[in-house]
Amino acid sequence: MKSQKSKVKSISVKKIVVYTFFLAAVAIVINACQSASEIEMAKYLSNGKDIYVARCQNCHGANGEGLGELAPPLTDTVFLKANKQKIACYIKNGANEPMEIHGKTYQEKMPAFKDLHDIDIAQVMVYVTNSFGNQQGMYTYEQVAKDLQNCK
Amino acid sequence: MKRLIQYAAFGLLLFGAACTQEKKLPIYGDKEAKISKDANGNEKIDTVYKTIPNFKFLNQDSIEVTQDAFNNKIYVADFFFTSCTTICPIMHRNMRTIYDKYKGNPEVMFLSHTIDFKYDKPSVLKKYAKKLGVDVPQWQFLYGDKKEVYGLAEKDYLVAVQEDSAATDGYVHQGWLVLVDKHKRIRGAYDGTKPEEVEKLKSDMDILLAEKN
Repeated sequence: MKSQKSKVKSISVKKIVVYTFFLAAVAIVINACQSASEIEMAKYLSNGKDIYVARCQNCHGANGEGLGELAPPLTDTVFLKANKQKIACYIKNGANEPMEIHGKTYQEKMPAFKDLHDIDIAQVMVYVTNSFGNQQGMYTYEQVAKDLQNCK
Repeated sequence: MKRLIQYAAFGLLLFGAACTQEKKLPIYGDKEAKISKDANGNEKIDTVYKTIPNFKFLNQDSIEVTQDAFNNKIYVADFFFTSCTTICPIMHRNMRTIYDKYKGNPEVMFLSHTIDFKYDKPSVLKKYAKKLGVDVPQWQFLYGDKKEVYGLAEKDYLVAVQEDSAATDGYVHQGWLVLVDKHKRIRGAYDGTKPEEVEKLKSDMDILLAEKN
C-alpha cells in the first residue's frame, strides 16, 4: 500500500481508483457478513424445493395450486401464518381434520411423512412459506423440533 | 414460362397437402388375417386387430356401464385408486388438462378404472370425481371386481396392476394413459406423469379425431 501511495501522489486519478477498490473491498466484506443468515436461508430454500418436488408436488402442484378439492392450495398466507406451529405435525403425522383455506373447507386425508427429519421438515416449510406468493422468512429445525413435541 | 411456374406451384401444393394427411397413429396389439369368400368365390383378406372386449361395471352414479357408452367415441383410459398418493394425483392433474381441452366434445370420453376393489365403491368414486371437479358423464369412473378389472388391465389395456401390501398405499400400477379409437383399438399409450407425454397425447387425439372411420 505504502509504495503505491507514493507513486500515485502526483496523479489524482490513480488515487481515486485505489480508494474505490479499497471501499469496494470493505463493502464486499460487510456484505458477506450480513448475508450469513441469507446463505442459510438460501440453503433451506433450495433443499426445501427438492423435498417439495419429490414429496409434495404430486398433490399440491408445482405452483402450490392444489388439486381440485382433493388437495388444498398452499397459497393462503393467512392460513399458513396462523397455523405455522401445526404445519410440522401435518407433515410428519399426516392430517385428517377439516381445514378452511381461502374460505373453502377441505377435508381429505393427507399422508404422513414419517421418514422426514426435523431439518427436512424445516426446509420444506421454509420453501412453502416463501414461495407461491408467501413471504414469511426463516423457520429453523429447532422450532420444528419444538412444534413436533406439541402434536396432538 | 409463367404456365410452367403455375404448374410447379400447384404440384408442390398437392405434395404438401399429401404430406400433412399422411400422419396416422399406429394400431397396437396382435393382429390376425381373416380370409373370407364373397358370393362369387373370390377370396378377401381382412386384418383383424385386437380390440378392448366388452365389460360391465358400475360407475360413480352406481349405474351399470358397458362398452356401449363408448360407441363412436375415442377415449382415454387409465387405472388408479382414490387413496393413492403416489402417481395418481399427478396423472389425474394431467388428465384433467386433457379433459379441459375436450370438454363437451361428443366424440371424446374419459374412463378411469379403480383397482381398489375393497374401498373404492361407487359412492367413494363419486366423492372423488366431485372433488377433482370432473363429476360429469364425459368422464366415467368405474368400479368392478378384482378379477375382471385386473384382467382387463393386463390382458387388454396392457397396463400392469397389482395388489401389494408392501407398497405405500397397498397397490402398485403403471401410470399409462391409454388412447382407444372408435373401433376399440389401442392407438397409443402415454406416461400420465410426464407433461410432455401428455402434450403428445393431446396432439395424437387431434390426429385420431381427424381420421376417417
